Amino acid sequence: MCTPDKKTLHMLKEKARLIRVSCVQMIHKAKSGHVGGSLGLSDIFASLFFKILNHDPSNPKWEGRDRFVLSNGHVVPVLYAAMAYSGYFPVEELMTLREFGSRLQGHPSRTNLPGIEISTGSLGQGLGVAVGMALAARQKNQDHRIYCSIGDGESQEGSIWEAALSAGHYKLDNLTVFMDRNFIQIDGNTEDINALEPVADKWKAFNWHVIEANGNDFVEIFKAFDQAKSLKGKPAIILFRTRLGFPVSFMDGVSKWHGTAPKDEEAQKALDEIEAFYQSGE
Amino acid sequence: MSRYLDKEIFTAPKSKPTRDAFGLATAAMGEKDDRVVVFTADVSGSVRADWFAAKFPERFYNMGISEQNMVAAAVGMSLEGFIPYVSTFGVFLTGRCYDQVRMLVSYSKTNVKLVATHTGITVGEDGVSHQMIEDVSLMHVIPNMRVIVPCDTREAIRALTAIKDIDGPFYVRLGRQNTPLVTSEEAPFELGKALMLQDGDDVTVIANGILVYEALLAARNLAEENISVRVLNMHTVKPLDHDALLSAAHETGAFVTAEEHLCAGGLGSVVANWSCTHFPVPVEMIGMKDQYGQSGPADQLLDHYHLRSPDIVNAVRNVLKRKKTV
Repeated sequence: MCTPDKKTLHMLKEKARLIRVSCVQMIHKAKSGHVGGSLGLSDIFASLFFKILNHDPSNPKWEGRDRFVLSNGHVVPVLYAAMAYSGYFPVEELMTLREFGSRLQGHPSRTNLPGIEISTGSLGQGLGVAVGMALAARQKNQDHRIYCSIGDGESQEGSIWEAALSAGHYKLDNLTVFMDRNFIQIDGNTEDINALEPVADKWKAFNWHVIEANGNDFVEIFKAFDQAKSLKGKPAIILFRTRLGFPVSFMDGVSKWHGTAPKDEEAQKALDEIEAFYQSGE
Repeated sequence: MSRYLDKEIFTAPKSKPTRDAFGLATAAMGEKDDRVVVFTADVSGSVRADWFAAKFPERFYNMGISEQNMVAAAVGMSLEGFIPYVSTFGVFLTGRCYDQVRMLVSYSKTNVKLVATHTGITVGEDGVSHQMIEDVSLMHVIPNMRVIVPCDTREAIRALTAIKDIDGPFYVRLGRQNTPLVTSEEAPFELGKALMLQDGDDVTVIANGILVYEALLAARNLAEENISVRVLNMHTVKPLDHDALLSAAHETGAFVTAEEHLCAGGLGSVVANWSCTHFPVPVEMIGMKDQYGQSGPADQLLDHYHLRSPDIVNAVRNVLKRKKTV
């Protein structure tokens, strides 16, 4: 699986395009939500939900599935879109995001939507749950993997490091964590607000394998997840360098777009730019 | 005398800390059910988790001094079909981990049993940092959470055992110090069903935790003045036993609540809230008023903060005066 073939790459690009378009449309319609991180993560989520995760969207409770925990719950639009296009629920339902009565709550809710392993949205909590799932899999001699998505800003929470310490202690090599390293949090650049660097060294010091990769490049994404799976004796974290808002030029790396919904004109411009990006065959 | 009372409760009471129940109950459950796992945070001896760990080391997780991660990891295991019993001191479990409890346990409706072993002012010499008097308030207001405050070690074992087979979140409040064995071996435990330990028709004392014993002593003293006191052991704060309260309000017409906890948000508030909205009767409250405790021996603190049977006796007299004027 190391390097995706041409056909797979083509498929993943198309899925990432659909996910990006839906993220903009659903957040625009909801008039609130986190568009920047969702766009930046679309390539990783397309890779996970269409190739990397061993899962069965028609049976979200399947015992043998890989577990996926979204610790940075605010980027849930990208998760909902990846789930919908991979068959967890009808694509049309995406447009109910944040509406009254919708299963698509503003932040993921386990009791509302099958396939959401745990409710998140209060930062710093999902990773600890993933640690518990990894302990459980080990206890039951199960060979599925536990995947957990965390944000870089989220890693300013102390509970992330409590979980990091224990995963290292228990040598949880059935756990793959990836960080959305886009350097952006609501109020600005992570390094200006509460610096995380040298972040790779921090995880290494907590007894983790650290992999660094470009999170907007399918070949690198696959290589990183493959490597994480093969490494033994320690948990693995992939520090994915991503571009917030990618490939929308006016959102690219702009902290305002961490948590702002695009207005009518902005949404149209974003959608046009996304289409243009994919037509250019870049 | 109720058959639910230990025969020697008024003559030669035997005492045990309710925290012992955590070790005894989990170790016993562990024999029969390999889904039972125990989590603690570097206090395994204090919470008696070591009694479980000695028998089932492979199902024991000491997460170190990382309570938030302990709760989160226990949630992760519960999602995979295990039944985690999670124990540390009340202040850390409910205060420090409030957000984890709110999001991961109660909102997510996970099958996690939170058990605090060190609660109330009777933690004693360690002082305010370890004397949790707000935990029942914090836990009972959370949707989906059930809250149990057992009165002795026997009842605590029954409660911890019963909740294993009831899916979803629980908070059980235990204590560090020796507490008289109030209930007999044959006393039942049913979630949300108060245990009437003495019948009476002038007033009802509604107590839980270590104040149940004080309530019984108060009732005995008042009997000598021909005041007939009903004593309800309200071990379950939530879900509350509406039927027992309705009968008590109807048949006795006055309530005194008694708890080793803040009255604000505790059993006192819960009962007063029920009374106001269902069947108004005068209510007096024994418990911690708007204040913290301090270091000192448990017995001295109970005296100082008026959590003793003579205080309950006074409260009964006061509530009866108000009853007459209603």
